[in-house]
Amino acid sequence: MKEKSTLETAQEVEVEVMRKFSVEEVFKETPDTYTLLLKPLDKKDYSFVPGQFNMLYAFGVGEVPISLSGDPDEKYLIAHTIRVVGAVTNALVNARKPKFIGLRGPFGNGWPLEKTKGKDVIIVAGGIGLAPLRPAIYYILKHRKEYGRFFFLYGARTPNDLLYKKELKEWKSRFDMDAFITVDAGDEKWTGNIGVVTTLFKHIKLDPNNTYAFVCGPEIMMKFTVLELRNQGLTDDKIYISMERNMKCGMGLCGRCQFGPYFVCKNGPIFSMDQINRFFGRREV
Amino acid sequence: MLSQQKLYFALDAEAFGNFIDVLKDLGYTVYGPAEKDGAIVFEILDSIKQMPRGLYDEQSPGRYRLTKKDNQRYFGYVVGPQSPKYVLYSPQHLLFKVRKDGRTFIPQPDGKKIAIIGLRPCDLKAIEILDNVLLKGPYKSNAYEAIRKDALFIAVNCVEPGNNCFCTSMNTGPFAQSGYDISITELLMNGSHVFILETMTNKGTEIVSRLKCRNATEEELNVVSKLMEDAKNKIRKKLDVENLKDDLYRNIEHPNWNEINNKCLACGNCTLVCPTCFCSSVFDSSSLSMDVAERWRVWDSCFSIDYSYIHGGSIRQSIMSRYRHWLMHKLATWVDQFGTFGCVGCGRCITWCPVGIDIVEEASKVRD
Ligand SMILES: Cc1cc2nc3c(=O)[nH]c(=O)nc-3n(C[C@H](O)[C@H](O)[C@H](O)COP(=O)(O)OP(=O)(O)OC[C@H]3O[C@@H](n4cnc5c(N)ncnc54)[C@H](O)[C@@H]3O)c2cc1C
Ligand code: SF4
Ligand code: FES
Repeated sequence: MKEKSTLETAQEVEVEVMRKFSVEEVFKETPDTYTLLLKPLDKKDYSFVPGQFNMLYAFGVGEVPISLSGDPDEKYLIAHTIRVVGAVTNALVNARKPKFIGLRGPFGNGWPLEKTKGKDVIIVAGGIGLAPLRPAIYYILKHRKEYGRFFFLYGARTPNDLLYKKELKEWKSRFDMDAFITVDAGDEKWTGNIGVVTTLFKHIKLDPNNTYAFVCGPEIMMKFTVLELRNQGLTDDKIYISMERNMKCGMGLCGRCQFGPYFVCKNGPIFSMDQINRFFGRREV
Repeated sequence: MLSQQKLYFALDAEAFGNFIDVLKDLGYTVYGPAEKDGAIVFEILDSIKQMPRGLYDEQSPGRYRLTKKDNQRYFGYVVGPQSPKYVLYSPQHLLFKVRKDGRTFIPQPDGKKIAIIGLRPCDLKAIEILDNVLLKGPYKSNAYEAIRKDALFIAVNCVEPGNNCFCTSMNTGPFAQSGYDISITELLMNGSHVFILETMTNKGTEIVSRLKCRNATEEELNVVSKLMEDAKNKIRKKLDVENLKDDLYRNIEHPNWNEINNKCLACGNCTLVCPTCFCSSVFDSSSLSMDVAERWRVWDSCFSIDYSYIHGGSIRQSIMSRYRHWLMHKLATWVDQFGTFGCVGCGRCITWCPVGIDIVEEASKVRD
C-alpha cells in the first residue's frame, strides 16, 4: 500500500537526542497564536503522521509538547501552530534566526486515517485544537476519493481567534466537504454562525453506522461534542479524541501524562472513546 | 522450600569482609548498608567496617527507629528509607548541555560497574518492575540501562520481617525467588555466625568461587528451611489482591476517598521512598550570559501540584485526587500499564508517612 509510507512513518528515530531546527518563517494567525515553519539544520528529512506531536525546546527556557500542524507530505518545512500562554511558548515564537529550536519527535499515535477509508468522516475542532487536525484534513482532501462524506465543524471564541483564515475560506467553498464555522461571540463584521461548536450539529445529519469522528479542543468542548455525536447515533468506538496532559518526556518515562491506565504520550494522544469512557470527563482523574 | 537442584555454600561471618574485597578487585563499586542519621541507607562501601552490626529497625505507621540488640548480626533490619532506585536511577541526572550555537554535550556513562549488597527480596522485585518501565519501550532510559546492565545484586533473605511488610500478599518475599546474582541467608546458631549463599547467575557463581566457602551442612540447610517458614508466618499485614484492580476501578468515586483529604499532607514522602515510583520532571536553565543551557532530570512526585499542571490549572487540585491517583497507580492502573502491581509490599510508604497513612488500610476502605 502506497499510503503506508505517509501514515506509518518510523517511530525508530532517535528521540532522546534532540535535533536542531531553524525558524524559517513565523506567521501570525491570531493575536496570540503563531504558525512556525521549521527547517532541519541537519538537512535530514522529517516525517510524521497526522495527529502526532513534537517536544519543542526553547534554549534554556524549557520544552513543551506541540502538535504538528502542517502537510504530512512536506519533509523539510515543518509547521507548528503555537498559542502563547507562558514562558516556553513565548520563547518559542520569539526564537528567530540565527537561534535554533530543539526538536524531539514525532511522538504519539495518529488519527485513524487508514481504517476510516471508505467511511464518512467528521472533524470537530475547538480553538487551537484545529492544529493537530489540519494535517488530517490535508490528508483526507488529498485522498478525497478514498473517503465518503466529509464534515468539518470548527469553533473559536471570536472571529479574531480563528486559525488558518485563508484555508477556512477555501474549505467552506469546496463542494466535496461540508464545513461549518462558528464563534462564541461575533463582532460587527461577522456574518456567520454564533454559538459554541456543538450548536453546529443542527446543520448536519450523520450516518451513525458509517461515520468516524475526530475531535480536538478544550476538554469541556470535547465532552459536549461527544454527547452530540452520541445523540446522532455514533458509538464510542467511532469517536476519536486527542487528549492533553502535562508532559515532560514524550517517551513514556516521566509519568506525568498519565490518564487512567494510559500514558497520553505513548498510548495517545488520540484515543477512541470506548478506550477511555470510564475515565473521560471525570473530575481530577 | 530449598531447591534440590541448587548448591548452597556457607561463609563464616569472619570471612565476610573478604566479600567486599573480592567485589572491589573485580572492578565493582560496592553499595551496601550503612547507618546514617539514624537510618540504614545505601552507601559506597570500602570495607566491612562500615556495615552496621546488631541494629534492628522498629517500624510502624509513621515511625522508624533503629535499636541495638546484643548480637553481631549484619542484617537485622529490613528496609530503610532508600530503595535501590537511589543507586540505579539517580535523583538528579544531567541530560544535556547545549550551547547557543546548538552544539550539544550529552554526558556518557562512566562505565562503572556497581554491586549492591543487602537487597531485600521486595527490592529485587522492584528492580524488575523498574526494568519494565524504563527499559521495555517503546523508549528506554539510556542512563538507567547503562548502570543497570552490568549491575550485580546480592540479596539478603528476610528472617525477621518488619511490622509494615506485606510481601507475602504481593508475592515478592520474604525469600528471594529471582532477580539476584547471589542470595544470602544470615544464620546465628549455637554460637556460630555464618552466611548461607546461593547463586542464580554465572557471575554470581564466579564470585562465590573466589570466597572462602565450604558446602553448607545438612543441619544448616534445615535451619534455613525452618527460618523460611517462620518468616512467612511472622508477616501479619495482608492485602487481599484478588480482584483488587477491578474493585478499585469500580470504586473510583467511592465516598471514602474523601476522608484522605483530612489526613494526607501531600508531602510526597511515599513516592520518594517507594522503590518503584519512577516519575520525573526536568529543569532547564541557562548560564547568566545565556551561552550555555542545561537540562536536568529530577525525581518528581504525583503529589506535587505542578505534576498535573496544564494551562489554566492543575488537573488534580484536591489532595484526595492526588492520593487516589497514587494508590490507583500502585494497585490498579500499573497492572494495565506493565502487567504487575506497582507495589511490592515493602511497607516504606507506611513507615515514612508523617501521619502514618497505610496503603493497605486505605485500599480496603474503598473496595466495597
Ligand atoms: C499532545 C499535546 C499537543 C499540544 N499541541 C499544541 C499545539 O499544537 N499548539 C499549542 O499552542 N499548544 C499545544 N499544546 C499545549 C502546550 O503544550 C502548552 O500550551 C504549553 O506546554 C504551555 O507551556 P508554557 O511554558 O508556555 O506555559 P505555562 O502555562 O507557563 O506552563 C508551564 C509548564 O507547564 C506545562 N504545561 C502547561 N500547559 C500544558 C499543556 N496544555 N499541555 C502540556 N503541558 C503543559 C509545560 O511543561 C509548561 O512548560 C499541546 C499539548 C499536548 C499535551
Ligand atoms: S505513584 Fe505517582 S510518583 Fe509513583 S510512579 Fe505513580 S504517578 Fe509516579
Ligand atoms: S510525557 Fe513523560 S510519560 Fe508521557
